[in-house]
Amino acid sequence: MGNVLTIILQRLTLGLLTLLIVSIVIFVAVNLLPGDFAQSILGQGATPEAVASIREDLGLDQPMVTRYFDWLGGVLRGDLGTSFAQANFASFTGTDSGATTVAQQIAPRFANTMFLAMITAIIAVPFSIFLGVLAALYRNTVFDRATNIFTLSSISSPEFFLAYILILFLAVLNPIFPSLSNIFEGMPFGERVEKSMLPALTLTLVVTAHMMRMTRAAIINLLASPYIEMARLKGLSPMRVIVKHALPNALAPIINVIALNLAYLITGVVVVEVVFVYPGIGQLFVDSVKIRDIPVVQACCLIFATAFILLNLTADIMSILSNPRLRHPK
Amino acid sequence: MIWFVAALVGMAAVAWGFRFAGQAVTGNAPKFRDMPYGVAYGYVLGVAVLAWLVWAYTQGRSPDQAIANKFFFLRIAIEGFIIFAIAAWLFRLLGRSVGTSGTKKLFRSMPLTASFGILTILIYAIFALFAGVIAPYGQEQIIPGVAANVIPGGDPTLGGNPDFPLGTDQIGRDILSRLIYGAQNTVGIAFATTVLAFLLGGTFGFLAATLGGWLDQLLSRTVDVLMAIPSLIFALLLMTIASVWAPELGIPLTVFMVVIIAVIDSTRVYRLARAVGQNIVVMDYIEAAKLRGEGLGYLVFKEILPNATAPLLAEFGLRFCFVFLTIAALSFLGVGIQPPLADWGTMVRDLGGFVNFAQFAPMAATAPLLAAGAIALLTVAVNFVVDWMLQKSSGLKE
Repeated sequence: MGNVLTIILQRLTLGLLTLLIVSIVIFVAVNLLPGDFAQSILGQGATPEAVASIREDLGLDQPMVTRYFDWLGGVLRGDLGTSFAQANFASFTGTDSGATTVAQQIAPRFANTMFLAMITAIIAVPFSIFLGVLAALYRNTVFDRATNIFTLSSISSPEFFLAYILILFLAVLNPIFPSLSNIFEGMPFGERVEKSMLPALTLTLVVTAHMMRMTRAAIINLLASPYIEMARLKGLSPMRVIVKHALPNALAPIINVIALNLAYLITGVVVVEVVFVYPGIGQLFVDSVKIRDIPVVQACCLIFATAFILLNLTADIMSILSNPRLRHPK
Repeated sequence: MIWFVAALVGMAAVAWGFRFAGQAVTGNAPKFRDMPYGVAYGYVLGVAVLAWLVWAYTQGRSPDQAIANKFFFLRIAIEGFIIFAIAAWLFRLLGRSVGTSGTKKLFRSMPLTASFGILTILIYAIFALFAGVIAPYGQEQIIPGVAANVIPGGDPTLGGNPDFPLGTDQIGRDILSRLIYGAQNTVGIAFATTVLAFLLGGTFGFLAATLGGWLDQLLSRTVDVLMAIPSLIFALLLMTIASVWAPELGIPLTVFMVVIIAVIDSTRVYRLARAVGQNIVVMDYIEAAKLRGEGLGYLVFKEILPNATAPLLAEFGLRFCFVFLTIAALSFLGVGIQPPLADWGTMVRDLGGFVNFAQFAPMAATAPLLAAGAIALLTVAVNFVVDWMLQKSSGLKE
């Protein structure tokens, strides 16, 4: 057991280290921007005093290393800085009148995105495992081929194509779900689910293919094992052989691929949120990219990267834990 | 919804009846005797879906305009599917009878999906190379005397114009021409980016594999960090920065995009090239070449590269798909290929709103769907070909 613990601890340290380096990369990348924010927000006619005071307000007069540690320290305390677009500069208004901080801006949207990811996972995971088991059960039949072609097509289509196809068939031609996901706070749960249905379905189509193919491959891989042969010779039905004997042993790669796909959801979510005008963190990110609201871009980037690294780390640890040889060393 | 559930339950009964009837008619033949209930249900479900598709197709041809509109897209999809299947079949037939014995053999063992993929890629290549000849108008040409937002379909009573079969966009440019030029721009830029990514990733990967030591460590750890950031997010972040630099340096933003995506994607190529290279470096012939005193360039290009072609080629196809989709996504979000260049992602964003009119004027919704479909079709085609190549090279029949 001690062996596993050291491996997991190693992975965790490595993950934290990666996160730290990623934060440096993001910070340096953002600071490669030419010119100065204070200069650009005030325009050409700004007096040097005004520029200097805003610079001081935002801490832009500090050297880069100091600013990095200030930023990092703030992030660790949950303070992501103040959005440039919504900033309310103390030097102008006299007092700091509680301008919207990035954290305040991101928090509700982050919850929305998590909600969407959760609904997607609830639909996609059972669906793809079910499809994968069926495809493994009826391998090399028409059903298997059709599923293969369908999933390969859906994984290689751009997200917005799938989104518009779903809008076309499920919102415009047959008004089942709304095509705009204007979620707001205090919305009843049922309505909320209904409004997030189309984005969730789009994301499901995107991630199902990979998970389903992995499930199928993992199960087929096991079908040649002696204990499967034994179960078959006992006279068990093919369904029972797969669900009771093959699936539990195939869980490790399946869990791994599920975690990786949830990580993939995080990038896919950006485009889907824009198509459906879903008020999540992806949309905020794209909007901030367009108006170059650096603190928000920086914070969103960090959140995306953190989620990505954490999920990959989980996948890693899960696959270690599910390996009996590592759990019970000789 | 209720009807849907009722139909599923009804089919359950039919499935039971189907199996029972099969047993009775064939005198309890093994096929029906041992048929699990799930399989019987599957057969009935398949037949029901096929029947529904046929019904929907006839609805799409219905004289009643309201009903025909509703099933218009399904009709087009079914027709498109059948036409493509026939074309792929004919293409395979052609490949089997024309050409050298090598290509004939290749086509003989080819599944229909792969021949569809190759045919599609060929068509795209022709459009991309000869866009200037095929397209009726220029991609940036605003045709004088023609209204903006002409509805596709060319029917004057519905607001179309027979000279513009796919209509015009919001400032009066011919959509058909822009779609054709899109093949040149979008596919061309994606191709250039992939090539650049392979040059970068391949070179560094082979170098790391051959030299090893601190260079390998340095490159590998850098790549690890870069890969820890989701690629689309990282690309968006860097594009923000590039969009500020581009006007100051006077370099088009598209050039920045190519470099940024190439660097991000080269990390994945690096991983593969290094792994493949490491397997080759330990071979005896490399040892022999080293003892002969061959230089680094000879080792990488004459010894390692030829032996790593097969996996790299398959990776090239997949990488192209990823790059292509990333560029399309960036353009769709408005930070990719810049106007006035015609580009499919941008077209989808600009014309996407028309999808909402599909119920009343189905033709209006075709323009954005065609642009998005053009992207999807190419990536699907490349994926089919790569899938087939991988299956062939691994020798698996499974």
